[in-house]
Amino acid sequence: MSLPPFAAVVDEHAATVLRVCRAVVGPTDAEDAAADALLAALEAYPRLRPDSDLRAWLVTIAHRKAVDLARRRGRSAPVASVAAAAHPGPEPADGALWSAVAALPVKQRSAVTLRYVGDLAYAEVAAEMGVSEAAARRSAADGLAALRLHHRRHTTEEPTR
Amino acid sequence: MTDLFPAAAEGDAVGRLRSRLASGADAAGLLDVAYRSVDSPVGPLLLAATPLGVVRIAFDVQGHDAALAELAANVGPRVLRAGARLDEPTRQLEEFFTGRRRRFELPLDLRLAGGFRRRVAEALAGIGYGETVGYGALAARLGAPGAARAVGTGCARNPLPVVLPCHRVVRADGSVGDYAGGADAKRWLLDLERGDRGPAPAAACRVQPA
Repeated sequence: MSLPPFAAVVDEHAATVLRVCRAVVGPTDAEDAAADALLAALEAYPRLRPDSDLRAWLVTIAHRKAVDLARRRGRSAPVASVAAAAHPGPEPADGALWSAVAALPVKQRSAVTLRYVGDLAYAEVAAEMGVSEAAARRSAADGLAALRLHHRRHTTEEPTR
Repeated sequence: MTDLFPAAAEGDAVGRLRSRLASGADAAGLLDVAYRSVDSPVGPLLLAATPLGVVRIAFDVQGHDAALAELAANVGPRVLRAGARLDEPTRQLEEFFTGRRRRFELPLDLRLAGGFRRRVAEALAGIGYGETVGYGALAARLGAPGAARAVGTGCARNPLPVVLPCHRVVRADGSVGDYAGGADAKRWLLDLERGDRGPAPAAACRVQPA
């Protein structure tokens, strides 16, 4: 058994990488983060064990690269949600959701992204975040609650937006 | 829960990511194999190149996905669809199929042909345009008379058909014999070189969109 051509990996998982990045940095910077992630993955790819879970591997790389980019942007530019509001994407409703995820506190953002966008198990989420599984579950639950609140406000107070 | 994150129209973004990755990988020296598909009068062809040269040409009937998997296993898994490395091979193939080129002048990477197959591949390069040679005669040229069958295997597993002209190796009775791209493709190529057929219109060898 050997590794499939990286082109096939991109075909299968690029959309997931992009979604993970959108959740962390918002729609505007997502493609830059995803490009960083795919290049980093390509660099490391030959050393990967052929029986690895490629999707989970790419989710963690995408998450790390997006967090790096969010940190750099955070130092030098307004937060992602403000940037996204200034440059709305082609799907405003969807873009608003991604921006809302990106605007969550860091731990909630990571937990929600890894669990619900990346579809990782809580054990993997916890390992990636360097916290206990219980703490990862709590962060994800808090994040979801915040998103639900945001969603309710968004749909009741601004119905025409 | 995941329905909170509906799949957006991501096709365009993924396309942009693919080309950014290909150019970034090439610039960083991370591209083991670059490939592209081209249409040709003998069906869609897969062209693949390493930094050393063209490493694989595969016919549609051989399965492009299978050829790419073989490249990933035998050359390296950093295999991406990418243009620049294949521009010159594509141009020369178009010239060949339209009757404007008789010799290929391309750097080749013969790493997929080992041992006796390497010797067959090198002997193939010595068969001129429009010339045909029998399997046994080619074996004799290699200094291995009696190895006609091994020559046949070497031709069947030629990693660079068309460029290394295994289509010019035919049966002693004059029939065309087997061909990796199918007997019709072999006949088409032999007819082209005999001048029995008008060259293919240029439109037949246009590069397919990625």
